[in-house]
Amino acid sequence: MNLGNLDSLTFFYPELILLGGILLVVISDIALKGLRNRVNPLLTLAALLLALFCTLQTDHGSAMTLFEGMLALDNFALFFKVFLLVAGILVLLGSLHSEELASVHRGEFHALLLAVTLGMLLMANSAHLVMLYLSLELVSLTSYIMVGYLRSDRLSNEASMKYILFGAVSTGAMLYGFSLLYGMTGSLDLFAIRDALLAQEVVGFNQVTLLLVVVLTTAGFGFKTAAVPFHFWCPDVYTGAPTPVTAFLSVAPKAAGFAILVRFFLSGLSQPAGEQWRFISGVDWPLVLIVVSVLTMTLGNIAALTQNNLKRMLAYSSIAHAGYILMGAVLLTGSGLKAMLVYLFVYLFMNLGAFFVVTVIFNSEKTFELQDYNGMFRRSPFLAIAMSIFLLSLIGIPPFAGFLGKLYIFGAVIDQGLYWFAVVGALNAAVAAFYYMRIMKHMILENDDRPPTPLRISTLNRALLILLLVPNIVLIVFWAPIDRWTANSITLFGGL
Amino acid sequence: MIELKYYLLISAALFSLGVFGVLTRRNAVNVLMGVELILNSANLNLVAFSRYSSSGIDGQMFAVFVIVVAAAEVAVALAIVLTLYRVLNTVNLDRADVLKR
Repeated sequence: MNLGNLDSLTFFYPELILLGGILLVVISDIALKGLRNRVNPLLTLAALLLALFCTLQTDHGSAMTLFEGMLALDNFALFFKVFLLVAGILVLLGSLHSEELASVHRGEFHALLLAVTLGMLLMANSAHLVMLYLSLELVSLTSYIMVGYLRSDRLSNEASMKYILFGAVSTGAMLYGFSLLYGMTGSLDLFAIRDALLAQEVVGFNQVTLLLVVVLTTAGFGFKTAAVPFHFWCPDVYTGAPTPVTAFLSVAPKAAGFAILVRFFLSGLSQPAGEQWRFISGVDWPLVLIVVSVLTMTLGNIAALTQNNLKRMLAYSSIAHAGYILMGAVLLTGSGLKAMLVYLFVYLFMNLGAFFVVTVIFNSEKTFELQDYNGMFRRSPFLAIAMSIFLLSLIGIPPFAGFLGKLYIFGAVIDQGLYWFAVVGALNAAVAAFYYMRIMKHMILENDDRPPTPLRISTLNRALLILLLVPNIVLIVFWAPIDRWTANSITLFGGL
Repeated sequence: MIELKYYLLISAALFSLGVFGVLTRRNAVNVLMGVELILNSANLNLVAFSRYSSSGIDGQMFAVFVIVVAAAEVAVALAIVLTLYRVLNTVNLDRADVLKR
């Protein structure tokens, strides 16, 4: 079903609410000089919560497209909308008591956070190359500014500079790929592109062009998801950006990047066949993505081994996790896609949690170096135990949520008979355990000579940490709802 | 009428020059000029394909959007270059190396 412009508006409330929120925050920042520091976070939180509520209420019946085929509304998009809004809320709460952001005026920060969330929601349901490009650029442009938010800080500026140069080049390359695809198929709509590709035989020159399209567009999506070899910006940007922004970048735009990647490749370059998809013959693009996935997790994990800066180590770890998530996307099966969604969902809580502990420790210690984490257990047992749980979850140790993600991903890979791929993943998980354990060792076992002074944690931060800990611990028990929700969410418009 | 392939050749040349510029220049502003070349090569492709196919003006519409986004992107990029210049007193990218350890 394709809805026209006016009919679509009823399914567009979450985005409209965020848009209204941006305007309100900008206005209140100018108008309410005295109150703005209290009002703006509340306005932002209200907009995000209201948008989340509307998204949960959306009852669209069957999958359909909005605005004359520009956006696709299906369960897959809804999953990502809920995911991205929850990430936005958690990051907003995490940024409130951050010392890094305390020194600068924060009015624009809230408007930018809403804008980037709006862009990501649009990314999750674009079904047209123009929408794909515009939403990706909306997210990119706002996140460049967020990374460089500490204007007088040299690291923040440098990170922002590197981010925008890498981003501009890779989205430019992606755009060139889009233009070639348009030339091949004569259409910008993903479903029309698929039909056009199916109608012609992709051989000879066309095959080379399609391969070029796949490589160039992978550059754009790979940049957003921080996949090797488009990851060079990632460690520097994550280190230089304010930590709440780093936490945000490592989860939300990455997930939106995966949404857009799956949408592009599964709706545009493959056709549904029973329980799975078949890629359009001519170019074996799943193989390209499998290679990217293997490189991503291996390089991410190996590079993380030698890092001594915690933010940098977690940056490499998030590169490695992008590799695991990509494993689910390249299988072209319903179970693979479901595994990817489960992994993303648990990754949200464990990764945000780990970055959040780093934020809290920086608030009083002003350091990201691993050595300075020595003796943390004696100074704040709560913080050390929380960090250990997040890290064990990131490794994938059974009682914690991360295990669920790894279980689904490896299960889906083995279902497809790709044993070597599963073995590579498992070996990587073992390597990863080493550097995560190293952080725990510094926090718990190693003590320095200084007398242990207790670490102050604000009540809000403590509450938020507990909020993030709970899913990590209880998800393994409430596994069935997650299973049902994600199994429901793999319906793509024009797909299964 | 000029054949389609000449447009494609020019756009491929522009794209290559843009990538070359991005990879070799050390001045941030010059890198941004390389990015502009890349975006314009895609625009040229889109408009040429749209002109030579029977699919309406989709491609030209896309090109207009790309021009607008490119303007926004340069605005943000130049603002970042400016703040970097304030901190470092240079726009040479080799000097922005604190994060590389």
